[in-house]
Amino acid sequence: MTGLIVSGATVHAGGKTILDSVSLTAMPGQLTGLIGPNGAGKSTLMHAALGLTPLASGTINFDGQHLPAMPRRQRAQCAAFVEQSGSTESHLAARDVVMLGRIPFQSIWQSEPSPDDHAIVAQSMHIVGMAGLTDRLYRTLSGGEQQRLQIARALAQEPRLLILDEPTNHLDVHAQLSVLHMLQTRAKAGCTILLALHDLNLAASFCDSLVVLHQGAVVAQGAPEQVLTPALLRQVYQVDASLLADPITGRPLVAFHGPL
Amino acid sequence: MTRQKIPIYASLLVLLLASLVFAVTLGPANIAPIEVWQAIGHHLGMVETSPVSRLRDAIIWELRLPRVLVAAGVGAGLALCGAVMQALTRNPLADPYLLGLSSGASLGAVIFLLSGAALLMPLGAFIGAASAMTLTLLVARALGGATPTRAILAGICISSLAAAATSFLIFWSATGDSYREILSWLMGSLSGVVWNDAITVLVAVLAIGLPVLLSGRSLDAFAFGDSAAASLGVDVSRLRWLLLGATALLTGVLVSIGGAIGFVGLIIPHVVRLATGSRHRVLLPVSMLLGASFMIWTDTAARSLFAPRELPVGIITALLGAPIFLLVLLRYRRMT
Repeated sequence: MTGLIVSGATVHAGGKTILDSVSLTAMPGQLTGLIGPNGAGKSTLMHAALGLTPLASGTINFDGQHLPAMPRRQRAQCAAFVEQSGSTESHLAARDVVMLGRIPFQSIWQSEPSPDDHAIVAQSMHIVGMAGLTDRLYRTLSGGEQQRLQIARALAQEPRLLILDEPTNHLDVHAQLSVLHMLQTRAKAGCTILLALHDLNLAASFCDSLVVLHQGAVVAQGAPEQVLTPALLRQVYQVDASLLADPITGRPLVAFHGPL
Repeated sequence: MTRQKIPIYASLLVLLLASLVFAVTLGPANIAPIEVWQAIGHHLGMVETSPVSRLRDAIIWELRLPRVLVAAGVGAGLALCGAVMQALTRNPLADPYLLGLSSGASLGAVIFLLSGAALLMPLGAFIGAASAMTLTLLVARALGGATPTRAILAGICISSLAAAATSFLIFWSATGDSYREILSWLMGSLSGVVWNDAITVLVAVLAIGLPVLLSGRSLDAFAFGDSAAASLGVDVSRLRWLLLGATALLTGVLVSIGGAIGFVGLIIPHVVRLATGSRHRVLLPVSMLLGASFMIWTDTAARSLFAPRELPVGIITALLGAPIFLLVLLRYRRMT
């Protein structure tokens, strides 16, 4: 169990370098936060890690296998992705959405999900606290419920690597905290989790390790208290900020003063 | 879940068979359902001598049965094309007619017809449908991304262009009766179809439809977009081109025989979704079955409502389809 090891990942698109020799490590059992301003390359990095965007050079290894070179289905059986906001106009019930996570495991000739599939779907919905809403139409759920359902769909893939793009976007504080708490629990169960976050204070208080991406390159990686410094926030985000310590957990807290 | 589904399939199959037989009996000759069975049994070699008179047998076997089978095939095929296009383009308004495929197919078919290659009309229709679809998607992309509204606007544009070219060609070359005939076919009409047409339609629907049905689960993966589908292990671009190609091919064959029959591909999948939900493993076959029965009935209405005059069936599907199109628009007004 070596986790996710990205080394020298480079991605070009439209004549521009989107990722410039990015290297990072995400360990199993930990929440690894990916932070950086808009356009820093976070989404591209996550897509590349899942093999959805081709690399110009570099490698992305997970548990010793080069992810982009893996057969699609096999990759989908070990790595799951939760996008920023999953919206659909489809007439799908909550249970159907979670069942999508079983697609990589079902054969083309199989007409119905197996009892195993149903059991895994029920368990995934239980983990995210949505067990009571299986028949509700996805479109009628709140943003927080939809997000939790997307995570349940990812969990139904029984992933060893879970990659999430802004899983707390558009959620209220309670929903943000419960999503991150749930992810912490999954990490403790042995999952490797890489998630992009905008909110630096959430990143500091929940992530075990932070990777800072700026203009397509990694500028810092390490524990939140090492990475988050006034100098880095100046350089990467162009903001003036001080670092405090959370009075209870001792984790770093960012107090923003203004733009530079 | 399985227990709920079997009655749906069983009842739709019964409906289809009943529609087939009943539609054959409808018309001026006063034919009884039992005669339909006797005639079919006789021609399939199951009954040595048929009690049905030769004239009535010819009406059943040569005139009405091929037409009813073509209607069933066209309905099943159009419903399937609509459901697949709606999933692939994530556009609830997608339909071979609204995205310009049907007009493109008509143009292709007319060009082949007028240049003397009438036998190759299905090929011309396929080329026309595929070109129209490609153009529509390109125009939608040039408008800034394939949202449902843009795709429809692009479809209208391509459709008008193809229709104008078709009208010009017909105006320029057709005379008298052939003018009227082509015009009626353009509006969507199954009059005058023969066994060869029925076989072409049914072979196309089965040969293209069955592999498409198997991809149902991958289509589910498109519910949340391309990268969601890709992260579920679906080869997005390959599947998209294969299936869009299959719908263009099927639309081409259907249009070359039945003309541009609108709205069937739009309304049938929407009605089915209300009953069974969006899972394509169920949606696609149920849409095909319902589309087949629907088309049999609209075509029967087209040839009997004002008998002995015949309406192009496309007028009836449009009459039923346009209000439902409006309802779909209202329902999805947030996204359009």
